[in-house]
Amino acid sequence: MGISLTRAAQWTMVSSSTAKLASTPMNESLLKEILHFVEHFSSQHPQEAEHVFEEPLQWSTTLVPSDFKTDYDISDSDVQSHERDSEGHPLLQLSPPTVYVRSFSQLSKLLHLADDKKLAEVRACLEGKFESNLHPKQSNHQHSSITHRLNVFVLLVTVYSHPIMPPLLFQDMDKQILDKLLKDISEQVRLNPKAVKNEVEILQMFCGGGDKGLLKSLRYTSDFQFSNGYRAPLWRQVQGDICYLVIEPCDTETLYITCSTAGSFLNGGEENGYERTSDAYEDLVTLLKSRSPHFADKINQVENSANHFFSISVNQHNAKHLKYKAVASMKQLQHDGDQIVTVDTLCAMMDFNLMQESCQMAIQDTGGLKVLLNLLDTDEHKCKIGSLKILRTISHNSQIRRVIVDMKGVQSIVKILDSPVKELKALAAETIANVAKFRRARRNVRLYGGINKLVSLLDCLPNFASLTPSQEEDIEVACCGALALWSCSRSTKNKKAIRKAGGIPLLGRLLKSPLQKMLIPVVGTLQECASEESYRNDIQTLGMIKDLVRNLSSDNDELQMHCASAIFKCAEDKQTRDLVRKYKGLQPLVSLLHKADNKQLLAAATGAIWKCSISQENVTKFQEYKALEILVNLLTDQPEEVLVNVVGALGEFAQIPANKAAIREFGGIKPLVKLLTSPNQALLVNVTKAVGACATNKDNMVIIDQLDGIRLVWSLLKTPSADVQSSAAWALCACIENAEDAGETARSLIGGFQLIVKLLSSTNNEVLASICAAICKIAKDEENLAILTDFGVVPSLAKLTNTTHDRLRHHLADAIAQCCMWGSNRASFGEAGAVAPLVRNLKSKEGSVQRSTAMALYQLSRNPNNCITMHEKEVVQPLIHMMGSDDEELQEAAAGCVRSIRLLYMLLDPLQNASY
Amino acid sequence: MSKISAVNKRATQTLAENISKQVEHFSKKEVECLIREFNVLVAEQNNSGRAVHGLDRGKFISTLHSIFGLTDDRMTGRVFRTFDKDNDSVVSMKEWIEGLSVFLRGTLDEKIKYCFTVYDLNGDNAISREEMLHMLKGRLIRQPNEEDPDEGIKDLVEIILKKMDYDHDGKLSFEDFEKTVKDENLLLEAFGTCLPDFRRIEMFERHVFQEQFEQ
Repeated sequence: MGISLTRAAQWTMVSSSTAKLASTPMNESLLKEILHFVEHFSSQHPQEAEHVFEEPLQWSTTLVPSDFKTDYDISDSDVQSHERDSEGHPLLQLSPPTVYVRSFSQLSKLLHLADDKKLAEVRACLEGKFESNLHPKQSNHQHSSITHRLNVFVLLVTVYSHPIMPPLLFQDMDKQILDKLLKDISEQVRLNPKAVKNEVEILQMFCGGGDKGLLKSLRYTSDFQFSNGYRAPLWRQVQGDICYLVIEPCDTETLYITCSTAGSFLNGGEENGYERTSDAYEDLVTLLKSRSPHFADKINQVENSANHFFSISVNQHNAKHLKYKAVASMKQLQHDGDQIVTVDTLCAMMDFNLMQESCQMAIQDTGGLKVLLNLLDTDEHKCKIGSLKILRTISHNSQIRRVIVDMKGVQSIVKILDSPVKELKALAAETIANVAKFRRARRNVRLYGGINKLVSLLDCLPNFASLTPSQEEDIEVACCGALALWSCSRSTKNKKAIRKAGGIPLLGRLLKSPLQKMLIPVVGTLQECASEESYRNDIQTLGMIKDLVRNLSSDNDELQMHCASAIFKCAEDKQTRDLVRKYKGLQPLVSLLHKADNKQLLAAATGAIWKCSISQENVTKFQEYKALEILVNLLTDQPEEVLVNVVGALGEFAQIPANKAAIREFGGIKPLVKLLTSPNQALLVNVTKAVGACATNKDNMVIIDQLDGIRLVWSLLKTPSADVQSSAAWALCACIENAEDAGETARSLIGGFQLIVKLLSSTNNEVLASICAAICKIAKDEENLAILTDFGVVPSLAKLTNTTHDRLRHHLADAIAQCCMWGSNRASFGEAGAVAPLVRNLKSKEGSVQRSTAMALYQLSRNPNNCITMHEKEVVQPLIHMMGSDDEELQEAAAGCVRSIRLLYMLLDPLQNASY
Repeated sequence: MSKISAVNKRATQTLAENISKQVEHFSKKEVECLIREFNVLVAEQNNSGRAVHGLDRGKFISTLHSIFGLTDDRMTGRVFRTFDKDNDSVVSMKEWIEGLSVFLRGTLDEKIKYCFTVYDLNGDNAISREEMLHMLKGRLIRQPNEEDPDEGIKDLVEIILKKMDYDHDGKLSFEDFEKTVKDENLLLEAFGTCLPDFRRIEMFERHVFQEQFEQ
């Protein structure tokens, strides 16, 4: 009730003299409230209901004389109540269409008679024209919107102000309504042009800047400002309108907003005469919060972060109060009093809500930060403790952190790490953990030698069974040290410094701790550092995998996440993968997949599963725990960090033939193909790999084909990323090889062949190799080969023959062999100079290169000119050697090639035959 | 001579054994050392022929000053009164050892009790506003452009009282004090330094226990 009345009824202007209640839900409920109030008034307060209003309420009613029953004098044209006041005037009089009512009991009766038209009557009553001379004060000034509400107020205010009416009456049921209404009147003048202007200016500071801004834009509809600060046209100012705004939020359509003395609300835009179309809000921020989720989100961040602009204006009173207190305390300290006073003051300061931003800013603004940092350089350890206790809390504020670093605070704090007092060491480390959240701070910690000192804090006895109080303190210190190192380890140079300071074995020792508060920062640091290969090696060789696996089954999500994340990073290495299996880490990883609500945890767990599944033995284990089905179910509605890993894992799982079918049975093909349209490159690399792996199953390929998968994969060749290009090309190979009518499909892709040939000029060997492989598959279809030839595939391939990259040599030779099958391509290859380099490639140590090259040469040798070139390049010797190979195909290719050459020379010069 | 010292030694040992049974935190051997130290201190003071059975106020306070680094007169006087449990104006051997047990190795609870006794100037089991004011007065250094620095102290007393006075009776009861200090250990010595610094403790223990063991 309060809220609805705060902004009272919402009015629509029809003409300047009458007003209509807008038909909004809020008005409806307001009407019902009033109706309920009036209806029950006479039964609940019979005595008061009899009192006669000084002025009658009057309105146009829909009731006709025939509606009135007994208790009324009914004539043709009017109705008068039997009830009369002391002077003989009837308390109710109807002279259609106007009705005059002079007491609550009559009003109540009338509403009773109106029956189903009750609500309409209340509405008409409120809208009714009121003789404004009763309250000249309220009706003659610019806040004319109030006049439209006068009937509402009069209804209540008349009653309220009547001398006989005890105000107490309203306490039980309607005091609240009255208070609110009266307050409302007084609040009417609260919104003024200046307040609006301030708010607009503040908001404009946060406009633009893409997603980072609060809003896209905010402008007035009119640049002209009247001398009174209003911008609305004069005739609208009379209604209380101050100005109109056009606001473009980042996430919804443009908003047209009226700021009026009654509050801010949406309007229908200029063409609709600025009619109100929403509830009114007390300020723009509240209105925008309700309309734009993006804005609401950002404004909360702004309020929580460094920009105290808002929070102070929002929470001015509180901030001032605290500020005063902080100033008072700070003055005490600046008096340079002795240790006792300083410590007392610091303790008093700890009683402020130091996590509150206004308080943090107050400490900074009053120069308190400087005092606190100065205290760190004194000899009094109690002062230092007190100061650090405050610093560690206020350093949660990013702005304070920066100021601390600017004031060389890191230097002082790092120095304290050498203190013999354990409590001080712990506090200093904890403060560093908070401050080192940004790069410059972390750099400072390193430059002042903090990393070495922090590492030495980790050196505590891990005899966790029974502890002396002193050992417990050591553990606390080590915990804080680990926290600080965790923050610091986000910088690569710090990672190296930690390693150099001998931090890894110490972390490894702490990893055996049973304490979660110890384990979280320790594992956090390790997983952060595991991005470095040296750490990964150490983690494995120092036997930490076992402890990481053990903590996967902890009951703490954060710890589990860091462990999984560390395994994710380390399991690139085969030995690590085997160790994870050995220590039975695979099952806990799978069970982490059930915590689908914690996306960070899910991302870490799926990542670990992905990397572990690179080992086939692990995949077999994973299958026992039904990981595949869960993974397939994670293909939809997950954030990209999770998807990348899930798809990566599926790609590895699908290396086992049985799993390809399983993925289909669990319904995984469709979401996989759908992901081919993702814009995320890391995801695309994995998706193409997974699709390629699945495509080698004929049944899968049918589905992929139906979903237009070949086209999707093919079009990924257009992405600029080389990783995606090559991964897509490999997938394409599998698709073309296994699809029905692949040739037909390929031809239907406009521009597809040009794209392939164009990619042969890539500089990335992996891309080239994959494209060659794809060409080899595409060219199996004769018609496609013809098209490829037209696009100049032969010279492009020939150009690549000089490469020394074995993988490329292998697929290149395959492609050349395949392309020889068309027209005069054999001759063209010879003319393009492809033969001589191929002969050289034959000497590669790589078996697959030898074999493919021999086959390519065999194809090329069907052209006499090529044979001559081969012979000149002394191909025969290696070929003869290859004829003795175990590989039958290689034997055959080599022999075929030699035969071609021999035949040619027999034909050319029978005399030379003797030499063969 | 050696005979007397041997007798003395035996007497000291018996005494030490007795005391170490009654006093916390010290072994018999350590008590022995403390007795010896006590005797040295007593011998040092100007006894002018009187029979002495303990450390007088002057010697005790100068000991606090030189050995334990406690220099605040308001506090050292109170520390003497707290050590001197039987109020006979001398700290006896037993009082010395009992006091040092808290001084050097007291638990937090013992120290809270000790500090409260020191701060409760009139012994009415409460620290009043006036007592606080008395103890904190003059601790702010006068700034040239400021008025009475003790105005600041008055503010501080109000802030402290607001923080510590849980039962809102305008003074600190032992319970108030205990609760506050357990919340924030730094407030143990909220009204003046009456316990030695950890460095002094280390020094004293090294001097008394180790060096004498070595002898």
